[in-house]
This record gives sequence, structure tokens and C-alpha cells, in this order.
Amino acid sequence: MNRIEGQVRIPSGCAIAAVISKNGSKMTGEKIIDSMKPMHDRSNGLGGGFAAYGIYPEYRDFYALHMFFNDRASRKNCEVFLKERFEIVKSEILPTRKNPAITDEPVIWRYFVAPLRSMLVNLQLDEKEYVARSVMKINTEMPDAYVFSSGKNMGTFKAVGFPEDVGVFYRLDEYEGYSWTAHGRYPTNTPGWWGGAHPFTLLDYSIVHNGEISSYDANRRFIEMFGYKCTLQTDTEVITYIMDYLLRIQKLSLQEAASVIAAPFWSTIAAKTNEAEKEKLKYLRTVFSSLLITGPFSIVFGFNGGLMALNDRLKLRSMVVGEKNDRIFIASEEAAIRVMEPNVENMYAPAGGEAVIVKIKDGVY
Amino acid sequence: MGIELIYPDFEVIRNENRCISCRVCERQCANEVHSYDAERNRMLADESRCVDCQRCVALCPTRALKIVRSDCRLRENANWQEDTIKEVYKQADSGGVLLSSMGNPKPMPVYWDKILINASQVTNPSIDPLREPMETRTFLGKKPGQIEKDENGEILCKLEPQLELSMPVMFSAMSYGSISYNAHKSLATAAKELGIYYNTGEGGLHEDFYHYGKNTIVQVASGRFGVYKEYLEIGAAVEIKMGQGAKPGIGGHLPGAKIVGDVSRTRMIPEGSDAISPAPHHDIYSIEDLRQLVYSLKEATEYKKPIIVKVAAVHNIAAIASGIARSGADIIAIDGFRGGTGAAPTRIRDHVGIPIELALASVDKRLRDEGSRNRVSLVVGGSIRSSADVVKAIALGADACYIATAALLALGCHLCRTCQTGKCNWGIATQRPELVKRLNPEIGCERLINLMNAWRHEIKELMGGMGINSIEALRGNRLMLRGIGLTDKELEILGISHAGE
Repeated sequence: MNRIEGQVRIPSGCAIAAVISKNGSKMTGEKIIDSMKPMHDRSNGLGGGFAAYGIYPEYRDFYALHMFFNDRASRKNCEVFLKERFEIVKSEILPTRKNPAITDEPVIWRYFVAPLRSMLVNLQLDEKEYVARSVMKINTEMPDAYVFSSGKNMGTFKAVGFPEDVGVFYRLDEYEGYSWTAHGRYPTNTPGWWGGAHPFTLLDYSIVHNGEISSYDANRRFIEMFGYKCTLQTDTEVITYIMDYLLRIQKLSLQEAASVIAAPFWSTIAAKTNEAEKEKLKYLRTVFSSLLITGPFSIVFGFNGGLMALNDRLKLRSMVVGEKNDRIFIASEEAAIRVMEPNVENMYAPAGGEAVIVKIKDGVY
Repeated sequence: MGIELIYPDFEVIRNENRCISCRVCERQCANEVHSYDAERNRMLADESRCVDCQRCVALCPTRALKIVRSDCRLRENANWQEDTIKEVYKQADSGGVLLSSMGNPKPMPVYWDKILINASQVTNPSIDPLREPMETRTFLGKKPGQIEKDENGEILCKLEPQLELSMPVMFSAMSYGSISYNAHKSLATAAKELGIYYNTGEGGLHEDFYHYGKNTIVQVASGRFGVYKEYLEIGAAVEIKMGQGAKPGIGGHLPGAKIVGDVSRTRMIPEGSDAISPAPHHDIYSIEDLRQLVYSLKEATEYKKPIIVKVAAVHNIAAIASGIARSGADIIAIDGFRGGTGAAPTRIRDHVGIPIELALASVDKRLRDEGSRNRVSLVVGGSIRSSADVVKAIALGADACYIATAALLALGCHLCRTCQTGKCNWGIATQRPELVKRLNPEIGCERLINLMNAWRHEIKELMGGMGINSIEALRGNRLMLRGIGLTDKELEILGISHAGE
């Protein structure tokens, strides 16, 4: 039997796309599904997925867990674990639409949960750390259960298939969000299960990524010192953990995190005229040298209230950005953006290492 | 003669048709192998004194000389090999401990040669270092566990003292005394020019070299020779030498005959007195004592300089290194059992300690398991022979490498392994003025710079092939390595997969 993703490292090429409304106005998933169609050939039918923000306003105070189970027994088993740790306010089958292009689906379930107060006090953990650890525990210790989305008021939807089919399968036309990201995957060999598809998420952080990073094992071995477990052996997974570590644990800003993972060259830092900026860049590069990511990548990092797009510092992967009114569009190819918005304006290709950060108006999400 | 005769290891072959009896060989050989027979106008040789240093071969103007291994052999025996038998004869004759120098010459496994490096094909691009930036700059020192910000949310850029290296290679410790003034000068000037560091070893620092202080690591070893306030202040970092790969568990002994003139002044001991470094530091009998010395040195240098703790790679190295990381050291230097020396008991050199590759892999893993890898930097040596060894060491988890033998080879050393005699014909491991002056420190410096620049180019090529454009993305990146012909256990310790996996 072939080894499934996680037991083997699978390099992938990819397509990515994203759209966000700076005003926080809602869009259905139809446009982002359409954006993946002209980039069909950047995927090979072995993985597609989406992340959507602002889709669960009625449950905004609860963590939305999207889960894959191998069978009913494993779900029952996992629910015992969840009930020990969380108050489950809603538990249901994640609605799907049967589609001949999507087969071999696992049991897909959705829970809205809140951590049990008594457990938080006992373990002396803040809520997010508690949820993150619980997710990590399920994903590393329960072979038949997998949490693929765990943020508040957001959700990830992914499968083995072409992204446009995956979108239809998950009925994304029925969801409304202020920010959407999408991913089509071109893995070099068969992932074997759905968990390997992207986006990869932890809490409300999600990553769609196109590339194959050459720093993978240096990054992985460093980040695993801090309690993260890279079970999938994918770039996306390790980049998500790095972002979580830099933003949530080290409390860096997005821009600072970008200067860690796509650090400016030493020559660029030396040429800075602003002494404070120079000192800070040198400091970040020295302190977090093991989190520098080399090799090609273009990522869209989604979070509650915004997103960030970033290329590797040599710009070894294509990525363009455009805007129209309150909307910002990001994609591997211009064609994908023009499908979403034919009259797009200010189209440009961000330079390598140049972070494009979009945050929506305060109080909207 | 008779029972105590050990037939010479080498033969001096002189092509009489070429020899012009110019007597260069005679003048060049401090071992007095060559002599001139005026009556017959021909050169003679006493090969029993020859150490195969190749000095006469290199300087013979007519290329009339070669040194070959003697074919006068004892009867072959796989168990009692010739070297073993001869060592028995020597000890039966002298009653003494056998001495030798430089690294372990035994055919022990060299793991570097059983590790292969990756390259990009198709799924991601290799990078051409001639066209794209390729960074080798490295910072050694403690990194903070948690970033602090001020009330405005700005990062407080507070950092413990760091060593900045233009490339992840430094010249390892060799004392003034074990090597010559000119050898030290070559190392110091090259280190400065290259933006790296050299290391005083336990011989103090000659006053002439104080102005290379920014590129000097000053060593504090068990004899404390040459250690005083100014010495500590001049260096860029202070290294506590707990052990050395060539002779773990024992100290050092520089005979009084070598403690002359400047060497005596620099070591701060009287002329003619033996310089004996005890086996342990007599103020360090345990890990908590090490912590006290680390902090004493930090106090003495006002917390402005990183403290390096150098240890030999021994069986329990992972736990030892983990303890050192907790003792406040900024950098741990580990010296493998193939590391060189100016003099060591042969049995210790050849039988004590473990290979640096295995030590490095297990220390790096242990520090990561303990979550303390970022708290210290790791420097490895003994023996790093090429840029490929450097790349493999970094990928296994080292921050930088120490080289010494390779640096001496660049200065002219021919690895004859008789440094302990003090008669180095290449002017390196000697204090005899007529020999020392054979090493021109300007040429020595230039050759060291050439070597390092060549390695830097090769490191960049290898990195570019892997699609990596900065050395920090290579550090600990074990996926870039594969083993060849290694057992499961060896692969497990190295933390790498086998080629083809």
C-alpha cells in the first residue's frame, strides 16, 4: 500500500487565489470558485480547498471545528474526547453536494465548541493555546480523526479533487464571507487522504501556498521545539505553525513576521537609512534565523479580519495583486483575478519579500 | 643496533643523475637526514631520521629526491600489524608512553564520506550564486526565548553578545608555543581579512597581535597560561577549554625547552619551566562549577563577550552539552576524535572519544528535544576537511565549524605527524628561529584567504544547488542529507534517511 501524506513528504506545485472586502461586505463562494477555473492546469485533481472568513456570525463566539473521520466509530470515539474538554453547542454533518468528481469522501463533521472553563483554569492556559493543543492532540494521537479547521467565525473546506469541484461539493455558494482564499494542488504523488489538501489551518490562521521550500527541515526542526508537531510534512503546515508562533506566541506584527520568514538580504538591510529599522531587521534576522524560509513560495495567510500575501525574497513564484472599490484580489495568475473582477484596477506583482497586508475596517467582523 | 633496531619507515631515493650536490636538502632538514660527503662530492642520507615531511622534496631544485615507504617489512600478520609490533619494540626499549601528533590516522569510519547532499530538480529551482545573492553570514551566540516590546509596541532589540562571521568557519585553537609566531600571525591577519575568528589556544596572546583582538577568541584552559585582565578584554569571545578531541580527558605538557623568550612571556611563566595543563580544571569538578567559571568570565568582561565552552566528543556528549547549555555558555564547541594536536599520547589520540558527526547529530537533537537549541550556538571541529564537510555539518545542525589541520595544510604542513619534536621544517610547529622564518606570514595569510574563499564559493554552489540562498536555512536541514552504506542505527543517530528513501 502506498504511504499516505504525513508518512511521506510530497512536493507540490499549485494555484492560489484570494479576495477580501475591506469594508467587510459579504460575498458568496461563487466568485472564488470561478477564479480557480482558468488556473485549472496548475492543479492535477489531487487537492483543492478554500478558507472563508465571517461565515458563521451566529456562532461567532465558538470555535468551529471541521473534522474528517474514517468511520462512525472513530467519530464517536473522538466525541468522547471533545466532551471532556469542550462544551459542544452544535454538532452536525458538514453539508455537501454529491458530485461525480469528488469520491472517497470521509465522514465530514462540524462542531461549534467552547473550552470548558474548569479545564482552562486547571491547565493554566489561555483559550487559544488550549484549543491549539487539543487540535494538535487529536491530529497526532488519533489516527482516524483529523481537525482541518478550528477558528472562530471561519472555516476551511478541502478535498482531493480539482478546486472548482471541491467548491461545488462543499456548497460554498451557500456561504457568505468577507474574505476567501483558494488553493488548487499539483502534488507529485498521491496524497492518499483529504487531510493533505490545502488550506492548512490552526485556530483562525489559514495558509494557501504555492511552492516548495528548501528550508523545510530547518524550519520544521526549529518550530517543533515549541510544541508544534508537523504531521503532514507539508510546507503549508510548517508555515502555518511559524506564523502562529511569531504572531500569537511572540506577538510580532504581520510586517515583522514577514521580515522573519522572507527576511531582507543583509545587503538590503545595510542599505537602510532609517537606523531604527535597520536595527530591528538585523535583530529579527539574527534572533529568528531558523525561521527564514528559502526556496519558492507564494502564500496567502488568512486570519480573522484580514489577510497577508507574501512571496519568497527571490520571487520564484508568480503572484499578482489587484483592486476594485473595497475589494483586493490576489492570485497566482492575472486571469484568475479578471474572472472575479473584469474591471480590476492597479494590478501589480509585489516584489519578492514584499508583504501585502489587507485589514478590514475595525468592528466589521 | 641489534634488538633495538627498528628499520626506518621511509627511504630517501636520490636520483644521482639529477643531484647536483647543491646541499639544499641538507640545509632544509632540521632532522639532519641529509649530509654531504666532500671527498666523493655526493649527498648521503640517514633515512632513520626522516619523518616524510617532504621539505627536501619540495625544495630540491632538480627534483632529484623522493621519499618512499620502505619495503623492508616484517612478516605480514593481520592481527599483529607492523605498526603495532614496532610500538611494542619502542616501548620495550624506552619504557615510555608513545607520543604522536595531529589527528587519529587509523582507518575509523569517516561519516562525512558516507553522507550525500541533495540538489533541486524540477519541483523547485536551483539558484545560481553568480546571478543571485547567496548569504553565508552567521551569528553565534544566545538568542532570546521571548521577544519584548515597549509600551508603543516597538521591539526592544536587546541581544546577548554575538560573534558575526562572514562565513561559518573559524580557525580553531592552536597555542603560541605549539605553533610558531609566523603561523599565528598568518592566522590572525587572515581571520581579520576574512571577517572570521582565530583562537589563541592555551598559550596566551602575543602582544604584537593585540590589535587583531576583534577577530580573536581567547582561550582559558586548565593551566590558565597567559590569562589576565587585558587578555580577556582584548578578545572578541572567551573560550573555556574543557577538552580536546585529540586527547579527551588529559591535559597538556609543553616542555621547558620550548618555554623560551616570547613564549615564556606570553604564557606568563618563567623561561625553561614546563608548562603543564592539568587534566581537569581544578576549579571545575562538576557542572555547577562550570557555571561559576562561565559567570566569572562574564563578570570580568562585563557581559560584553560570548563565552564558549569547548569539549571533546565523548560517549555521553548529548547530556554534557545539554548541561553546558544550562550553565550559561553562549556557544558550545565540540571537538571530534579525529581532531589534531601538537602532541598527544598515541593511545589516547587513537582510542578515546567519538566521531564528531555522531556527536553533533545527537547534541543537536538533544538540545532541540530540550527546547534549548536557540539558547546556544554549536561549533564543531575535528576534523573538517573540505567545504562539503562544512555543508554536511551545518545541515546536521552546527552553526559553524572550527578548522585547524586544514588551515595548517594551507600554511605548508605536510601532515608528517611529528609536531611533538619541535623540528617542523615548514616553520609551523616549531620555535626555532631559523625554521620559523621559513613561513612567510604574508604568504601564509594569502593562502589561508585563498582557501577560505575557495570554500565559500563551493559552499555557495552547494547551497544554490539545493535551492537555498542563505546559510541559516541549511542549518539543521537534515532532509538535505542522505546516508550511503550506513546501518539503521547509524542513520537513526544521524537523523537522516538512507539514499533512495
